[in-house]
Formats: sequence, structure tokens, C-alpha cells
Amino acid sequence: MQQIISFIIRYKNFLLYIFLMIISLGFTIQSHSYHQSRFFNSSNWITGNILEASNNVTSYFGLDEENQKLVEENQRLRALLFNEAAIDTARLDSVRQTYTVNTGKVIKNSFSRPLNYITIDKGQKDNVRPDMGVITSKGILGIVENTSNNYATVQSILNEKSNINAKIKGTDHFGSLVWDTKRYNVVQLIDIPRLVTLTVGDTIVTGGMSSIFPEGIPVGTIQKFDLNTSQSFYTIDVELFNDMTNIKNIYIVSNEYREEIINLENKTNEDDQ
Amino acid sequence: MISNSYFLNVVRFVLLVLVQVLVFNRLNFFGFINPMVYVLFLYWYPIKENRAAFIGLSFLLGISIDFFSDTMAIHTASTITIAYMRPAIMRFVFGVNFEFQSFKLSNSTRIQQIAFLTLLIIVHHLVFFTLEIFSLANFLLILKKVLANGVATLILCLLFGSLFSMRKE
Repeated sequence: MQQIISFIIRYKNFLLYIFLMIISLGFTIQSHSYHQSRFFNSSNWITGNILEASNNVTSYFGLDEENQKLVEENQRLRALLFNEAAIDTARLDSVRQTYTVNTGKVIKNSFSRPLNYITIDKGQKDNVRPDMGVITSKGILGIVENTSNNYATVQSILNEKSNINAKIKGTDHFGSLVWDTKRYNVVQLIDIPRLVTLTVGDTIVTGGMSSIFPEGIPVGTIQKFDLNTSQSFYTIDVELFNDMTNIKNIYIVSNEYREEIINLENKTNEDDQ
Repeated sequence: MISNSYFLNVVRFVLLVLVQVLVFNRLNFFGFINPMVYVLFLYWYPIKENRAAFIGLSFLLGISIDFFSDTMAIHTASTITIAYMRPAIMRFVFGVNFEFQSFKLSNSTRIQQIAFLTLLIIVHHLVFFTLEIFSLANFLLILKKVLANGVATLILCLLFGSLFSMRKE
């Protein structure tokens, strides 16, 4: 017994180190294999407030540019309003899904890591829930992952774990949007079958399969495409419309019927088994 | 004197966390270089202090930075690793010298200080990027990131070091 105690005393630093290391590795591995950890995210009260305070200062520097972007968007929306015949997002109504839109601001952005998360200044108080879509005036940004009272973290499309339904504009060939962690302005669209004819410069938009994003939100244009190793599907490099390094104003989109859709799908899957 | 040193360390801790998360985490130089200047805390921390407390403090330091940067716990893991290895690195750099009571970091030569800092940074970045990328298949990518970020961190740490050089007490 005494030997055990003296052993513990002698190696107490080593044991402490191993103990703390196991804790941190545990958190890391758990969130690699499953979901972002509930505790380690910047949407909590302290970090949210500090990040927002710093953002209040720095946001003034990009004010001109942001205003410009908003004016351009207003202009585009006005044009749509005045020329109703030219709307190509009118399909929204016909698929019977209603989406509500909420605005917000980015208070922390990140794009240089394999797993990037963005923190925004809207949370549960503003009816933001996990799995809502986040877009900007130019294109998609990501999906809400964790929320606190006043803040939320968003899993960016620049994230190894991100997987979003997307299709080639004008067709119904859909695939999954993933990121290979290499460049922050290029994501990959996979699982597009070989028989589809592609052209560099084609537009990629979100597909209607996910119930997170409305159909037809712009993503980017085709930069280059190759067949994958099995030679049956394309791997397409998509250059994003969004400049992921420079994002301020965002919209949070939520599907009113998402719960209903998911319940129905789950029920169908259960019946099959 | 003791309360003074406590106070100094607390201020250092808070300032380094804020500088790291508000300035250096957003640098994204060349798209991927984010120097991690908070390593300086472990470089400056008094040598003769309780080692367990030191490891505990490093854990706190790492975890507070992880909270801000949404990086799970990889800052924590790499910080406690260098906290644990610091005595070994010091013995390697300064020889048996550093075990004497009178030893002070500011009394050692410039080369020794830089070597000590460099080793801390290399070990820290190796652990950090290995955990971040999480696959040994990308070993070259890990090395590239360690080198590029390491050089940036080293330069900034040296600048900070000379800016806030320790008063000879």
C-alpha cells in the first residue's frame, strides 16, 4: 500500500499529465467521430459576449463594403419584384414548403482549418435551432450546429463533416457537396453520374432533398471536373460565389415543415424494417 | 514579491488569451498561417514553481483558447504536452545549470533562449497539427503546416519577447 502511495506521489505530475491528456483527447476524438462537442463551442455566454464586443469594433472597418453588398442585393430583389415573369425561384411556392427567413451577423469566422465553424449573433431567443440553413446574399454558408440563448455556431461548408445536397442548375441531377480541406474558395460536388454532360462554368445550386435549404440557393460555378476512381461518378470542383473570408450579414432559413418531413421519413423507414 | 508574480501571471494569461483569439486567430496569413503566441506564457512562466500547478494552468490556458476557436480540445492537448515536457527541454537546452536556485531565464544567452522557445513551439505545433488533421496519411501537409506556422509563431514570439522583456529582478 505504501509503495502504491509513494509511486503515486513520485509520478504525480506524469499521472496528472496523462489524466488531462485523456480528457482532451476524449473531447477531440468524440467530436471527430460524432458531432461537435456540446461544451467546446464558441456559442456560450462568455465567449459569445467577448467575440461580439470585438466584432462591434471591427465591423466598422468593412461598413462601406457591406452596405454596397446589401444595396446590390436590394437592387436584385427589386428587379425581381418588378419583373415577376423573370423569377426563377418561383418554384419555391410550388413545392409546398414554406421557409421563414431571419437575419443575423457573423461575429466569428474561420476558414483555414479542416473543421471550420462560424459564430453568429442570433440564438434560441430568436428562434434559431440546430439544423437550420444559413445563407448570404450570394450563396450558401452552412448549417446551424449548436445554439445558446443569444448565439449560435454554424458548421461552415468549409468543414470536412459538411455534407449538403446540391444539383446542377436547370437539371435534376443531384449530388453531395463536400470539402477536401485544400482551398477555402473551392468545394467538391460528388456523386454526379457519368452520363451527365458538364461544362466548366455551369452553376451549382442547392437541391430540394435536404429540407434544410430551399431549392435553388446559389452555391458556385464548376471550375473543373474529373471522374472518380471507380470511373462512374464525377468529382466536380466548385468555385464558391461567396468569398468565405469576408462575410458579415447572413440570413437564417428555416423550413416550417422540416419536423413533419423528418417524422414522415422516419416512420417510412421504420415500416420497412 | 510573490503576490506580484501571481498578479503578473494572471494578467499575462488573460492578455495572451485575448490577443490570441481576437487578433492572431484571424490573421490567416497566406490563407493558413495563424501564429500561436500564447506559447509565450509557458516560456515566461517562473521556473521554480510547483509543476502540477503549472500543468493545471496550461490546461486552463489551452481550454480557454479552445472555447473561442471551436477547435475541440487540440489547443489543450498540445499545451499540456509542452507544459509537461518543459523541464526536459530546459535540461536539454541549458544543461544541468537550470536546476540551481540562482538560474534565471534572463541570465542565459540569447541563443539558448531562442533554442528553448523553438523547441517549445515545434513540439506544440507537431501535437497540434497532428490532432487537427488527424491522419498520418497527410504527413507532408502536417509538416508543411508545422514549419510555416512554427516560423511565424517564433518570429512573433521573439518580437513580443523583446517588446515586453522581463525586467531583471
